[in-house]
Amino acid sequence: MSEKVLMKGNEAIAEAAILAGCRHYFGYPITPQTEVAAYMSKKMPKIGGTFLQAESEIAAINMVYSVASTGKRAMTSSSSPGSALKCEGISYLAGADLPALIVNVQRGGPGLGGIQPSQSDYFLATRGPGHGDFHVIVLAPSSVQEMADLTAKAFDLAEKYRMPAMLLADGTMGQMMEPVVLPEPRQTQADHSWAVTGTKMEREHNIINSLYLQPAELEEKNLERFKRYETIEKEECLWEEFMMEDAEICIVSCGITARVSRNAIVEARKQGIKVGMIRPITLWPFPKKALFDAADQVKAFISVELNMGQMKEDIELAIRCKKPVELVSRVGGMIPSPEEVLNAIKKAAGEEE
Amino acid sequence: MEIKRLTLFAGHYGSGKTNIALNYALWLKKHAPSLTLADSGPAVSPRVTVADLDIVNPYFRTQDSAAWLKEAGIDLIVSQYAGTNLDAPAMPKETYGLLADRTTYGVLDIGGDDRGALALGRYTDEVLAEGNYEMLLVANKARPLTRTVRDTLEVAAEIETACRLPFTGIVNNTNLGPDTTAEDVLSSIAYAEELSKVTGLPVKMTCVRQDLYEELKETIPNLFPLNLQKLYYMLNE
Repeated sequence: MSEKVLMKGNEAIAEAAILAGCRHYFGYPITPQTEVAAYMSKKMPKIGGTFLQAESEIAAINMVYSVASTGKRAMTSSSSPGSALKCEGISYLAGADLPALIVNVQRGGPGLGGIQPSQSDYFLATRGPGHGDFHVIVLAPSSVQEMADLTAKAFDLAEKYRMPAMLLADGTMGQMMEPVVLPEPRQTQADHSWAVTGTKMEREHNIINSLYLQPAELEEKNLERFKRYETIEKEECLWEEFMMEDAEICIVSCGITARVSRNAIVEARKQGIKVGMIRPITLWPFPKKALFDAADQVKAFISVELNMGQMKEDIELAIRCKKPVELVSRVGGMIPSPEEVLNAIKKAAGEEE
Repeated sequence: MEIKRLTLFAGHYGSGKTNIALNYALWLKKHAPSLTLADSGPAVSPRVTVADLDIVNPYFRTQDSAAWLKEAGIDLIVSQYAGTNLDAPAMPKETYGLLADRTTYGVLDIGGDDRGALALGRYTDEVLAEGNYEMLLVANKARPLTRTVRDTLEVAAEIETACRLPFTGIVNNTNLGPDTTAEDVLSSIAYAEELSKVTGLPVKMTCVRQDLYEELKETIPNLFPLNLQKLYYMLNE
């Protein structure tokens, strides 16, 4: 399967999920992620899988809960307003320690907002999407190739740590087309001894549940979960550094804005400005250490986002406010141009025009 | 390719219909004879209109090319909601005008798959009655759901059922976007020929990116160069 194909980001998610052994997809259509469902509806019946268009996003996420309980790989996908609806179910998945993949191809908000691209669900995804104390692993692809690779990765990580994972893409990532080398087909290697698969009268019942009658028991569960989160923060952070070796200004950006920023960085370098980028690939866990270390090297950070500065807060926390963090942002479905980013770079470099 | 008054591009979504439609419209503007008696002098370019009937996908549309189309003197019919936040599948009323006005070439960009082609059904009777059209199946072998002739035939049959307008020709648009090599195009010829054999439809065009045109024009008949209109920020400089 090493041959290249030309795919939409949304299709790449769907095909990569199938190759990762997912045979259960539950969803509800919403722009700009509908191609995930459309692809699944065409492909799943041909390979003995389940494609089900649920009556709502809430129904879909609860169907995911049930399949996940059996130890099978299950997923759902939506865009911002639909992802918000799924939050109750995601909290239940987290509370029952179930692995699952939730795809969120973001559009402008709040409310019904719009259908054009956005990154305004950063808080929703990284602060634990739902009630209660929990996290989901959040992966932010920046190319169609990463849409495929990180989908497979999300399934693996979710299973390894028994928790939900969210692929957080923006509408542009979902819609754009690029050549992709699809990941190798794989099956889960994880331990599923916890799953409800029928006891065959040979073992004790497994129970999938998020209700604990004794407060002390519930506290214990929460503490155990946060121990796991500590391990994840230590071991699973992913980021990419671009032209950071001698950088004096550091752009932090993910998804489509990382690509816009890359163009701006190349242009700024031509003009002699030493600028680089740290691109978080996991948004939770956030690459705090890479940023903290960079804070001693650079004189300023620039956060480039399709929201009003949600990730900027994480950057400030990560660097302990050691250096200023400027914001370049467009919202409502707009995308900053490389020139807008370049102007911010020049300003940070003290070369205001 | 013999020039017809109406040229319709349909196919699997993401097969490249919009880009081909825009490039073909520009080609018509430069090379086709004028259709009006008043403009019959040799120096007069014909009237050409692009109609975007893709009302399914609100993201990438001919709307994005509105500025250069205007500059080239090509008229554009597009949903008034294209590029906005309203996901409303509304057909522009001007499409009827294009079908009635036989002094203008019409290049119709049909929405992807059967769902996109459903919108065309509304105009099928008019197109058939005039009888001066090409209905072209755009196929890209590098797309995951049309990698084989069999899968492509499935998509084609769904489109024909949805719009009731049979295909009259094939456009081989096999490409991997910016990564396309001459080898990729050459390796798709057998696929296009088999598609042609099974359907009985001629391969009217093989499309290539402009920079591959010179290298391949002697080898591949009916080669049509494309300038990519919709470029996004590339990952690698």
